[in-house]
Amino acid sequence: MSGMNNQGRPTAAGEASSGSFETYTGNKGLRLEEPLIFELDNPGATGVDLDEPEGYEPKLGAFEREARIGLPGMSEPDVMRHYVRLSRKNYSIDAGLYPLGSCTMKHNPRLNEKMARLPGFADVHPLQPQKTVQGALELMDTLAHWLKELTGMPAVAMSPKAGAHGELCGMMAIRAALVARGEGDKRTRILVPESAHGTNPATAALLQYKVDAIPATADGRVDLAAFKAKLGPDVAAIMLTNPNTCGLFERDIIEIADAVHEAGAYFYCDGANFNAIVGRVRPGDLGVDAMHINLHKTFSTPHGGGGPGAGPVVLSEALAPFAPLPYVVHGADGFRLVETEGEAKADGSHPFGRMVAFHGQMGMFVRAMAYMMSHGSDGLKQVAEDAVLNANYVLASLKDYLSAPFEGPCMHEALFDDRFLKGTGVETLDFAKAMIDEGYHPMTMYFPLVVHGALLIEPTETESKHTLDQFIGTLKHLAQAAKGNDKSRFTGAPHFAPRHRLDETLAARNPVLRWQAETPKQAAE
Amino acid sequence: MRYLPLTQADRREMLGVIGAKSVDDLFRDVPERARRDGFVDLPRRQGELEVERALTKMAAKNVSADSVPFFIGGGAYRHHVPSVVDHLIQRSEFLTSYTPYQPEITQGTLQYLFEFQTQVALLTGMDVANASMYDGSTACAEAVLMAHRVTKRKKAVLSGTLHPHYRAVVENLCEAGGDPVEALAPALPGKTEDIIARIADDTSCVVVQTPSYFGELIDLRAIADAAHAKGALLIAVVPEIVSLGLVTPPGEMGADIVVGEGQSIGNGLNFGGPYVGLFATRTKYVRQMPGRLCGQTVDAEGKRGFVLTLSTREQHIRREKATSNICTNSGLCALAFTIHLSLLGEDGFKRLARINHANAVKLGSALSGVAGVELLNDAFFNEFTIRLPKSATAVVDALADKGVLGGLPASRLIPGNATLDNLLIVASTEINTDQDRADFVAALKEVL
Amino acid sequence: MSEIRFTDQHEWVRVEGDVATVGITDYAQEQLGDVVYVELPEVGKTIAQGDEAAVVESVKAASEVYAPVSGEVVEVNGDLEAAPGGVNEDAMGKGWFVKLKLSDKSELSKLMDEDAYKSFVEGLA
Repeated sequence: MSGMNNQGRPTAAGEASSGSFETYTGNKGLRLEEPLIFELDNPGATGVDLDEPEGYEPKLGAFEREARIGLPGMSEPDVMRHYVRLSRKNYSIDAGLYPLGSCTMKHNPRLNEKMARLPGFADVHPLQPQKTVQGALELMDTLAHWLKELTGMPAVAMSPKAGAHGELCGMMAIRAALVARGEGDKRTRILVPESAHGTNPATAALLQYKVDAIPATADGRVDLAAFKAKLGPDVAAIMLTNPNTCGLFERDIIEIADAVHEAGAYFYCDGANFNAIVGRVRPGDLGVDAMHINLHKTFSTPHGGGGPGAGPVVLSEALAPFAPLPYVVHGADGFRLVETEGEAKADGSHPFGRMVAFHGQMGMFVRAMAYMMSHGSDGLKQVAEDAVLNANYVLASLKDYLSAPFEGPCMHEALFDDRFLKGTGVETLDFAKAMIDEGYHPMTMYFPLVVHGALLIEPTETESKHTLDQFIGTLKHLAQAAKGNDKSRFTGAPHFAPRHRLDETLAARNPVLRWQAETPKQAAE
Repeated sequence: MRYLPLTQADRREMLGVIGAKSVDDLFRDVPERARRDGFVDLPRRQGELEVERALTKMAAKNVSADSVPFFIGGGAYRHHVPSVVDHLIQRSEFLTSYTPYQPEITQGTLQYLFEFQTQVALLTGMDVANASMYDGSTACAEAVLMAHRVTKRKKAVLSGTLHPHYRAVVENLCEAGGDPVEALAPALPGKTEDIIARIADDTSCVVVQTPSYFGELIDLRAIADAAHAKGALLIAVVPEIVSLGLVTPPGEMGADIVVGEGQSIGNGLNFGGPYVGLFATRTKYVRQMPGRLCGQTVDAEGKRGFVLTLSTREQHIRREKATSNICTNSGLCALAFTIHLSLLGEDGFKRLARINHANAVKLGSALSGVAGVELLNDAFFNEFTIRLPKSATAVVDALADKGVLGGLPASRLIPGNATLDNLLIVASTEINTDQDRADFVAALKEVL
Repeated sequence: MSEIRFTDQHEWVRVEGDVATVGITDYAQEQLGDVVYVELPEVGKTIAQGDEAAVVESVKAASEVYAPVSGEVVEVNGDLEAAPGGVNEDAMGKGWFVKLKLSDKSELSKLMDEDAYKSFVEGLA
């Protein structure tokens, strides 16, 4: 014979081992431990090549920084490796379902990223002469048009940088309108449902309003009678979420809006749940005066690990004159950005002020625009319908295994509570952490506060039936297992994540919010 | 539709499980009056190719900064961002991950936030920093509210060095809370602003920007001492974070809170956003800080890990007693900042700062050589103000026609002040070449 | 002989002479979870019955502690600054928050005694 390979390398699978030993590195195969950049300092190393400047006399006055800053040195390969290794400890929507209620964790299209990086959008300065950025202003104006059409509202403030920022903007517009009417001092109370997201009362408090909570009925909606009883000439506004935080459409919403307007107050709508109705129902038709829209929820801009977001606010005829600076106007000679009070007054507007430097989250505008153009009005209507269908499918499939406080149908999210865990010794938190071991990010827990141990599930429209079936099967299994004998599966969860449960008490009692270099004395000890 | 996985067969089957005849059944709570047939009056769906074409056409109507000699600053600066940054922030696990409320499966995000917080504290010379805010202007306004909480006073004094947009944002937020604001006149370089005289017993904070709107470097020490003597806090504002690679940080000049704009590191101009607000302070004030905070801890196995902490300050717990109503930080922009700064490192960051200053010095020298042009600043970093013999707005407009984006007319952000009409604020970063400077000078000569 | 009284906001007050020691109940600390921080008033401050006397923070909640009786703050429990967990360990004893010099002893009669509070808590379950 020729070509004999006598290396003797085994090729059969062999026996599995229990794999419960400690490795030298602490790594376990592809599961890697990674230090902080400050612990990887390679003094003198750098990841950029810059030439030392010559031929100039510094004009720094007495301000030259002398001491070391303390930044670590790393080469490009080391930086790449560090952040790639960190990334692999993260769950993400690209990798799995996020059933997070009211977060609308839908797929983030990559076309959006490509469009946002076009130099004509990404590499323009907000303060260039306006004639050199007509395309940027056109995009802002076009997006504004789509938002107005989708919501049936005549005006939109584009500058808020996030949903909560948009809430603040909308409430400031309401306050400005009341002050203009001479009723600023008289109207000091805001009505907010008990089930509201925490940003609502926080925003009201920032504006010195008193927050008055409206109770819910047994079927999870605003108690209309209780609400009407609370109305009075000292009420500035109501802040409602619709669909509400229990995932239910407020049936009486038009009656509520009419009553609010009759009382001389305004209707702020938290648009966090717009995904349930986009393209099908227009908030303008419901009597809304101001509504913020989370572009990072309904309009797919990526969550980026916590931001950036964008929160443009659509405004009614009554509030439009008070929209903050800046805003875009489309005239005969093109697009114009109105940036100053003087220019606004000439237009007949009375902006209440400015929310932020420059013009708003252009990067998120481009992404949202690409998303909207891709879907079109027909696609967006389908988005709402599929989102609602998916949530109802989850509710119908699980209501006999978990416990649902409200009889369906729901809108885009399904609410459960912890009655199904009663007597099992497993809490909502433990149940959620056990989902991590099954490969899922937990759903929203303990919110809204109106039910005990809430579990709020919003699948969104970008989940396939197959994914939902797997998810449903998993929750059924876990609900069953919770009633069994092995509590540690839940109370010790997660067992398989890069970290086990973390000590949040310690983190809050002894806050360590940065890395510190050891002093030589500490090192010696 | 390419983003919607459900097929008609799926929908039918699911409706069967739900027990509904059609999807319309599920929308039955919508009032009659608000029900509409058909589609909203907007274009129908389009494929990627069509969307790309339409948006590329729109983008092409803009003059991008890389296509011309570029010298605009005013709170947003054009720097070179290494390729690694954009590549890393587009990784699925960073781009499409949610806020790290489940720390066991988001240690990637939490660890880079901890690194970011450390970097910001080091750059500013302060004890602690948060996990970023929307941008410099809102960070500034939040700092004022924090000073009110700490001092239990309500009056803010704003230096004339402050960026006019930042001033407007502070005024807007304070007006909402019914808190008085005293804003000084624009502080032109070459003239010392008498802000110390305005600090009184009812002052909660003094807000000073360095480098100023006009590019001047400001000595904060005396102002800090005067503020502290009256029980007030000094808030320092840094619009160009690269300056801290070369210039004394506010933390070493007595600042109690430092806010800034981090856009210069890792983040492009993006026509004004998204940017990344920096917020740093002293340890003793940490519980009054707005925004998210990432802290170190251990897990059940004793391994080091990171979590969001001190959340009881935030809206989702304190509700109406929260320190602010903030929900998001600037996540991905903070990551871009951290990665870029990691690439630069101690030596690279300092050298980058020196290159910026050198380019600005060379430009200042070249421009003040043009007849009728006067450089006003004594000490600056990468931005300065020149006085022209005619309207700066007209000059900038004419320069644009000649293919040069030559700075920011001071009056654009401070209208109605005739003394500013001829002032042009010019920035120069590491991107500017000798050719750029020559083109600017030539064009300016033609235009004047 | 010190007598203990309770509020329906889960504060307790023990009086000895004209000094009242105030804390939160065992039920309250259990509901709160691990206490991570306590914000105490300044000595010398005058507080009316029902006013906010302190703030107690856990990881998941921050709660106001209201004064069960009116008075002037004469002492605060400095130990809680370094070791806020003391509230969880011994809420009814070493985890006390403030001592007030009573201004109106009759206010005590409006508060629940031990048995009444016990029934009250059972009713909450």
